[in-house]
Amino acid sequence: MRNRVGLHLACLAVTAFVGVPIYLVALAAFTSRTALNEFPVPLGPTDVSTETMRGFLATTGVTGGFLNSLMVGLATVVLTLVLGAPAGYAVARYAFRGHDSYQLLLLLTRALPIVVLSVPLARVFLRIGLYDTTYAVTLLHTALALPTAVLISSAVFVGVPREQEEAATVFGATPAKAFLRIVVPQALPGIAAVAVFTFVLSWNEVLGATILTLNQRTLPAQVLTTLSDSPLAYRFAGGLALVLPALVFIAVMRRYLLNIWGTLR
Amino acid sequence: MTSIVVDRLVKTYAGAHRRAVDDVSLEVAEGEFVVLVGPSGCGKTTLLRMVAGLERPDSGTVHIGGREVTGLPARLRGVSMVFQSYAVFPHMTVEQNIGFGLTMHKVPAPQRLSRVRRAAEMLQLEEVLDRYPTQLSGGQRQRVAVARAIVMDAAVLLMDEPLSNLDALLRLQFRSELKRIVREVGATTLYVTHDQAEAMSLGDRVAVLRSGQLVQIGAALAVYDSPATQFVGGFLGSPPMNFLTATVSGSSLAVGPVSLPAPEFASSWDGKPVLVGVRAEKVTLDPSGVPAVVEVVEPTGAAMLLTVLLGDQRLKVSAPADLRVEPDETVRLRIDPSSVRLFDPETSLALLP
Repeated sequence: MRNRVGLHLACLAVTAFVGVPIYLVALAAFTSRTALNEFPVPLGPTDVSTETMRGFLATTGVTGGFLNSLMVGLATVVLTLVLGAPAGYAVARYAFRGHDSYQLLLLLTRALPIVVLSVPLARVFLRIGLYDTTYAVTLLHTALALPTAVLISSAVFVGVPREQEEAATVFGATPAKAFLRIVVPQALPGIAAVAVFTFVLSWNEVLGATILTLNQRTLPAQVLTTLSDSPLAYRFAGGLALVLPALVFIAVMRRYLLNIWGTLR
Repeated sequence: MTSIVVDRLVKTYAGAHRRAVDDVSLEVAEGEFVVLVGPSGCGKTTLLRMVAGLERPDSGTVHIGGREVTGLPARLRGVSMVFQSYAVFPHMTVEQNIGFGLTMHKVPAPQRLSRVRRAAEMLQLEEVLDRYPTQLSGGQRQRVAVARAIVMDAAVLLMDEPLSNLDALLRLQFRSELKRIVREVGATTLYVTHDQAEAMSLGDRVAVLRSGQLVQIGAALAVYDSPATQFVGGFLGSPPMNFLTATVSGSSLAVGPVSLPAPEFASSWDGKPVLVGVRAEKVTLDPSGVPAVVEVVEPTGAAMLLTVLLGDQRLKVSAPADLRVEPDETVRLRIDPSSVRLFDPETSLALLP
């Protein structure tokens, strides 16, 4: 009983730690500009207004940036899963020459800082005409997300015992069918986690996106490059716009995530 | 006519120093129950997996029902299998698990359901058909795995240590049930276990493997009674066969200072050292027998297991349960020459009459 109370308190504390700043940012974003300058700042919604938010969204580049971010994020998720999940499966199931060095090499790609990676990439993209497109950012983000995606998904596939796949083939399934009917349903929660991770990584990545684009900026790149010159209210509006979509995406994926944790017990 | 014929199968795993299965030939007649038994790492599971089509042999052939299947994938071999880890699908209900093979073979739903129900009845799973495997006990999960295998009505049933994950009491209960079910189904069965008691009790015939090689195959009692090598005698039976070093001298065996009557055929090894093998229950207490000093007394309930010193060699004796003896007492033993088995101490092969 005592333990449960402690556990709940701990949960509350963690939730507050994450939730309160988001609440305050949201509050500021939806408060009129005059109310924002009052002291002390009211902690409840006293003077609700969409003025700041509307102003922010009307700023040139914000809507475009939002759409770019969304496109890049989703395309990165798709590309990462298409490339990363099969690689993870191979790492999990097959002993092939260079298995261990392959895994090490994957991690090594993350040893290069994005700045070091972005400048030569920008040169390459300039030459082949991909510079300043969402494709360029998608490719960069996929490259950034892949190593982790491969390693996580291989751990997910390892979690599905090989004997189950073998059982499926003994009972008449082709290898492809065994994969689809036995492995995929069980791996789905883990794959969802990879998707969440990839999307959030892409959504939050600023440096590479800033270097690889001029006009086709993603939202964080757009907001963060203009933020320093913006009034306080805009910063809150921008902050909220940056946080919200990632939260929505996680909420959508929550069902699958809870699945994996629910069955682990 | 669904026999299994395994001919000179060889398998070496990549990176292994020796063969996992080394030139094994074996025949399982239609409807027969053969148990592959041996210590862990003897290649019995690999052999089974090659019959199932989950492992590809380096050389040799597998025929099932007269058809060569060596290169065929598992799904085309017409076999059914129970896995050691059960391998039930956790994301499917018990009913979906049992019916999986039928679904894969596109059996129409009404027929599938009635067959699933029949298999579930045989294994007392009717009550839990809607549950998921995580909501079942280990024993029930095992039943699901068996039901999933027998519902196929496959002519060949393969089982890889299906009882090894159950606790001792459950294992004993399920063992006899499994034997009954397999007999009802009538499938040609190949069964792998490391448990010699399981092998003895289940199989029509028992095949003993060691280091990838088939050491002996025969009816369980015949193998128990006349082991082909010292290894088989020591592996099969509990307690294992007693082995005493002795020398043949005329019509008797000299075990240290003690002399035992020798079987007739021993005369051809006159003067040579031999290994005397005798089962604990073949040693009887007899006032006119040779003296031995009791070292340990272990009541097992059904019998009194004595460890005695015969000369300077240890011997296990299964005495009547009502016998009252204390350690350090002297008992008199008789070993009937007909129950004595002789082995060559160099090759450890049985010396035959």
